[in-house]
Amino acid sequence: MNKTIFIVGATSGIAEAVARRYAEQGAQFFLVARNSHRLQAISADLAARGAKEVQTFVMDANNSDLIPQMVDAAWQAFGTIDVALIAHGTLPDQQRTETDIPYAIAEFRTNAESVIATLAGLAGHFESQRKGVIAVIGSVAGDRGRASNYLYGAAKAAIDTYVSGLRVRLFKSGVHVLTIKPGFVATSMTADLNLPERLTATPESVARDIDKAITKRKDVLYTPWFWIFIMLIIRWIPAAIFKRIKL
Amino acid sequence: MDQLLSWGRYPYNLQTPHSIYWPDDVPQALTDSGSAGQDGMLVFGCGRSYGDSCLAESNHVLVTQNMDRVLAADWETGIILAQAGLTLADVIRIALPRGWFLPVTPGTKFVTLGGAVANDVHGKNHHVMGTFCRHVSRLVMYRSDEGVVDCSPAEREELFAATVGGLGLTGVILAVELQLRRVVSSEIEQRVIRFAGLDEFFDISQKYDATHECTVAWIDCLASGKKAGRGHYIVGNHAQEGPLELAPPGGVTMPIDPPFSLVNQFSLRVFNTIYYNSQQKKEVLSRVGYDAFFYPLDRVLDWNRMYGRAGFQQYQCVVPQQDSYEVIRAVIQQISKSGTGSFLAVLKQCGKSVSPGLISFPLHGVSLALDFPQRDHVNKRLFSKLDALVHEAGGRLYPAKDAHMSAAYFKQAYPQWERVEALRDPRLMSQFWKRVSQ
Repeated sequence: MNKTIFIVGATSGIAEAVARRYAEQGAQFFLVARNSHRLQAISADLAARGAKEVQTFVMDANNSDLIPQMVDAAWQAFGTIDVALIAHGTLPDQQRTETDIPYAIAEFRTNAESVIATLAGLAGHFESQRKGVIAVIGSVAGDRGRASNYLYGAAKAAIDTYVSGLRVRLFKSGVHVLTIKPGFVATSMTADLNLPERLTATPESVARDIDKAITKRKDVLYTPWFWIFIMLIIRWIPAAIFKRIKL
Repeated sequence: MDQLLSWGRYPYNLQTPHSIYWPDDVPQALTDSGSAGQDGMLVFGCGRSYGDSCLAESNHVLVTQNMDRVLAADWETGIILAQAGLTLADVIRIALPRGWFLPVTPGTKFVTLGGAVANDVHGKNHHVMGTFCRHVSRLVMYRSDEGVVDCSPAEREELFAATVGGLGLTGVILAVELQLRRVVSSEIEQRVIRFAGLDEFFDISQKYDATHECTVAWIDCLASGKKAGRGHYIVGNHAQEGPLELAPPGGVTMPIDPPFSLVNQFSLRVFNTIYYNSQQKKEVLSRVGYDAFFYPLDRVLDWNRMYGRAGFQQYQCVVPQQDSYEVIRAVIQQISKSGTGSFLAVLKQCGKSVSPGLISFPLHGVSLALDFPQRDHVNKRLFSKLDALVHEAGGRLYPAKDAHMSAAYFKQAYPQWERVEALRDPRLMSQFWKRVSQ
């Protein structure tokens, strides 16, 4: 049976790597992104890589008015959705968020509110189909605010908490919810950062972990795996000490 | 991303990478990279060019490996349009299960489509299929002075001819349209024939090239006297029946950079003697997978590191048919006398097909390729002798492999170079081009 995969933020590096894995298994897709050219290219690429069918929906995730329409279109196209991956997001310029308040709010909306709105729109449909997996890309940055990116971290923490509650709600309906917390991943989002080479994963290896976590119905995935220990230590450091460390 | 080197790791000029994910990243990347408004950029694919043709004058390169999407594929006709960063390995992965294969492939599948075009690469079937770009029907490019442009053998022919084999200098290749070739099976009917010397190589080549699409010879570059030029002639055809299966991915990597080259006179002599004698029968027929046949070296993913920190150079020349016997013989003699060289010395009869690029490498004749551990004086002395032999015969060296050819020899061997220079994108410049064009 071919799986049906629904992706919001389909042009993001991690989402594309995940989609390629499913395409090779002959999955069918409902892809959502705001850049229609890129969405078009990705949909042709997935078809060439083995996708059975690819449907696209162009929208900016911040435009929450369109969410019901998008969700209806997906279910209308395929009847059921096996996996929904919520992958859209940006990496705000932390320094700018400290002085440019409208910018900070806009970034928070993109990374937190629009994800929550999307999940709210999806939850009912999943509840009534009584199966499937919702996978949400959070971040290790949400585990504790650090001076270098606490606006981004705050947005990811909001998602984390929301998703945790949603998991409990949907458990009763047999719907599984996965929180994905990637560490450093080499994608276009992080291209301008000088990431430490040894700690930086490829989108392909992260996609492999996500694929596995979805199959195994894992609740929370740290990828690559060692981030679970890094974040454990970071969370345990007392605030009195933490505020003196540059991270 | 780590800093990058060319495949031979010589010259050891580290390149700062700037990743390109989408075609519309290119204009800005060309402007932003390096110090503001800097010229002398270059596109970098998988870094399989051996010498300095993939090194930017500014040491800042645009890396296209993440721009790797298939934009259109027609599985009836076998024509695919894909972004330039897609590797040949990916093309095989996508096309082979549907009964299509690369029309032409070099000895590694870890090159990008853009790189295959920029070097107008060739393979074991050159005498039948010609170079890679004979099968390329269209290119989409970005030029800093024009924006996005299309070219093909029929439209903007001059730009097309300057770009195929044009070493990435005429603009950033964004997408490549390629005609694939039909295959029934993923297997190759292989025949390996042992030959005792160069005379026999030419005889066998005459006999088998007509009946086999793919032919190549390994020679023992250290054998001298009567044994000079001995080796194995390997020929094959795509099987007409059999499974259509992808080879399992994977391969081993070199765990460390050895402090010195693992390839030296001793290891080389031992390896070559054992390898030559590993086949006792005159002729062995077998059926092998495409990976084993076309890409034996890809099994060690970074075999280039076995030459240690100093790196290595590959010497690849092609000599016109008429004098090829004498010249190749003289070249092999010089190499054998020098006692240096590599496990992999490859001899290939190239066909009559005219290459589509203004400065494409292949010509009708015999091509010889060998790796040499980098030793400044030894290589310099040997190469200057070989260069003189090749040059006098009207032959030439392969820019994709080169780190040493002189400007004078280059200009004579590639008389059309000025037409490429005339169409060079003003923002692009490689260390190779700087060296040979001034």
